[in-house]
Amino acid sequence: MWDYTDKVKEHFRNPRNVGSIEDPDGVGVVGSLACGDALKLMFKLDDQGRVADVKFQTFGCGSAIASSSALTEMIKGMTLEEAEKVTNQDIAAYLGGLPEQKMHCSVMGREALEAAIAHYRTGTQSNRELEGSVVCTCFGVTENEIERVIRENALTTVEQVTHYTKAGGGCGGCVADIQRILDQMGGTRPVAEPAPVVKPRRMTNVERIRLIEETLEREVRPKLRRDGGDVELIDVVGESVIVSLRGNCANCMVSQFTLRDVVQSKLREFVSPELVVIEEDAR
Amino acid sequence: MRTVYLDNNATTMVAPEVIEAMHPFWGDLYGNASSMHSFGGQIATHIARAREQVAALLGADPAEIVFTSGGSESDNLAIKGTLEVLAGVKRHIITTRVEHPAVLGLVRHLSERGFLVTELPVESDGSLDLDLLERSITPETAIVSIMWANNETGVVFPIHRIAEIVKARGVVFHTDAVQAAGKVPINLAGVPVDLLSISGHKLHAPKGVGVLYVRKGTKLMPQVIGGHHEGNRRAGTENVPGIVGLGRAAELALRELPNEYRIAQLRDRLEAGIRESCPDVRVNGAERLPNTLNVSFEFVEGEAILLMLDDLGIAASSGSACASGSLQPSHVLRAMGVPFTFAHGSIRFSLSRYTVEDEIDFVLRHMPGIIKRLREISPFAKDGAFERTLGAGRD
Repeated sequence: MWDYTDKVKEHFRNPRNVGSIEDPDGVGVVGSLACGDALKLMFKLDDQGRVADVKFQTFGCGSAIASSSALTEMIKGMTLEEAEKVTNQDIAAYLGGLPEQKMHCSVMGREALEAAIAHYRTGTQSNRELEGSVVCTCFGVTENEIERVIRENALTTVEQVTHYTKAGGGCGGCVADIQRILDQMGGTRPVAEPAPVVKPRRMTNVERIRLIEETLEREVRPKLRRDGGDVELIDVVGESVIVSLRGNCANCMVSQFTLRDVVQSKLREFVSPELVVIEEDAR
Repeated sequence: MRTVYLDNNATTMVAPEVIEAMHPFWGDLYGNASSMHSFGGQIATHIARAREQVAALLGADPAEIVFTSGGSESDNLAIKGTLEVLAGVKRHIITTRVEHPAVLGLVRHLSERGFLVTELPVESDGSLDLDLLERSITPETAIVSIMWANNETGVVFPIHRIAEIVKARGVVFHTDAVQAAGKVPINLAGVPVDLLSISGHKLHAPKGVGVLYVRKGTKLMPQVIGGHHEGNRRAGTENVPGIVGLGRAAELALRELPNEYRIAQLRDRLEAGIRESCPDVRVNGAERLPNTLNVSFEFVEGEAILLMLDDLGIAASSGSACASGSLQPSHVLRAMGVPFTFAHGSIRFSLSRYTVEDEIDFVLRHMPGIIKRLREISPFAKDGAFERTLGAGRD
C-alpha cells in the first residue's frame, strides 16, 4: 500500500477542476493508455492574461489524479510566465510529498502544463519526440526530458530516473543509455572515494640503522662473501653510512667500485635515495 | 467500517478451528519433537497427525509430506533440490510465463547461472499449448515446473494431462499448487506429480508454514541442511503451531471441498453483476478456480479503483502497473496478450468460504459508481474528445 499523504488522498477523493473547457486557449496532452497514465490539461485566460479557468482529465493512479488536481489549483490566477515556472517539485510539495516511485506523476503534470502553454503560443500541439532522441521506447521518453528531470531534481541513479520519468521501467533496454546520460552530466554518479593515503611516518634513527643493517645482510653480504669479503656497519651520521670492508674486499683493487655500485646502490634502493656510503678509513 | 475481504488469493483468514488447534502449542506444549523425553516426544505425535491430515487432502502418503516455511521455500526446494541431484547431467528447466514469482524469479536467477530455461507462452484465455510443452522437452530437461492454478487469474491448468506428458519422457515434474489446494480436488494417487508445493496461509492456516509433497522415490537434495528433520529433506526444528494449524486447515479444506460450488455461485453472481452494470469490461481467463474473478475495466486505472474500494472497506487487488510499484502491468496479463487498454484497469476479486452473498451485493452496489466516476475523470472515456494514442503514446 502506498504511503500517500492526507493531501494526496484528499485530492484523489475530491479532485478539483475535472472536466473540459469550451473553446480553450491552450490544451496539453501527455501520456497514453499504453503507458498507464495520461493527462489532458486545458486553460482559458482572462483579459489580463491570467489563468481564469483550468480543467483536467486524467487516466491514472491515485497520485496521478491528485497531482493533476493540485496543478490546476496552483496555476489558477497565474500569468503564463508565472505558470511556466512551476516545477514538478512544486507540485509534489503542494501535496505534502509523493512516494519516490510516484514522482513521475508530478513530472507528467509539469509536462502537460508546458504542452498547453506551447499550444497557446504556437497554436500547435507540441510533439515531444522532436525535442531530442527517444531513449526509452517503452514509455517514449526523450534524452532532453531525462536530462531536464535529472537536472531539476538532482537525480543520481538510474532507479531515480525511472521513478521520475518511467524511462527504463519497461523492457530495461535503455538502462545503459540512462547511465550514460547521468555520467555525461558529470559527477552525478557517486564517485568512489579513493582509499585514504597514509603518509609515511619518518623513521627513527634506530629503525633506520636496523633497516640498513638488514639490507646489508640480505642484499650485499652474500655477494661479497662469495668473493671472500665482507662489510661491517660502523656508524650512520645523517645521510652518511660509514662502513668497513673486510677480508678480500679490504685489499681489493675495485673496492671503491664495490662500495659505490653494490653497497650504496642497494642501500639507496631499500632504505633512502639520499644515502652516501663512506669507507671508514677514508674519513 | 465493515471489511469486505475479497483478496483471498493474497492471503486468507486463519480459520477459528485452526487457531484453536494451534493454541496449546504456543503455551504448555512447547517441547521439541526431537527430544528423548516424553515431554518433547509427545509433540512428534501431533506433527505426525498433521502430516496425515495434509496427506489426506492430497491423496498422498504421510511419508511424502515435507513441512517447510511456505510456498516459496517449497518451490525453491523442489527446483533447486532436483537440479542439484542432476548437476552435471541435465540443466534444462521448463516452466511457463505466468508462474508465480517464487518459480519465475528463481528460474530466471538460475538462467543467469548456466541453466537453460524455456518459458512456455499461454493463449489469450490463459491456457497452455500442451503440444508445445511436449516438443520443448529434450534429453537435457531436468525438471518441468508448471503451476496447478494461477494466482492472478485463477486459470487452472490440466495438471493430470501435463504430468502424464512430462512423466512419459522420464522428467521430474513439479507443480506449484499453492492456489489450487483446497479449491479443487487433488488426488496424487492418480496424478503422476513428483513434487507439489502448498502454502498454509492460502488455505486458512497461518503464514510461515507450507508443504512440499515429494513422491516416494524422488531424489531431492535438501536446501536447508543441518538436521535429520522431515526425513532428512528439510533441517530445522519444526514450526509446531504452524504445522498443527496447517494439518487442521487441510482437514477443514477437505471437508469443505464439496461446498466450493457455493463460492463459485457467489463469484458468478459478482461476475454477472459487473458485466451487467459496467460497460467495457472483460473477464481475464477461461477455465478458472471457483473463487477467482479477474476483471478489467477499460479507460480506468486499477490502483485508482482499489483506492476507491478501500474507502468502502472492500479489499481486492490489481494487476495494474501502479498498484504493483513497477511500471509494467501484470506479467500474467501481458503473457495472455490482454490489451494495455484493459491491463491497467484489472481488478482481482478472490473469494473464500467465509464470503457471504451480502458482501457480493455490497460490491455490486458500489462498483458501477466507482467506474463511472473514474471514467468521468479519464480523458479516454467513450465520449472523450481525442484519440487514445494522442500525446506520447506509441504502443
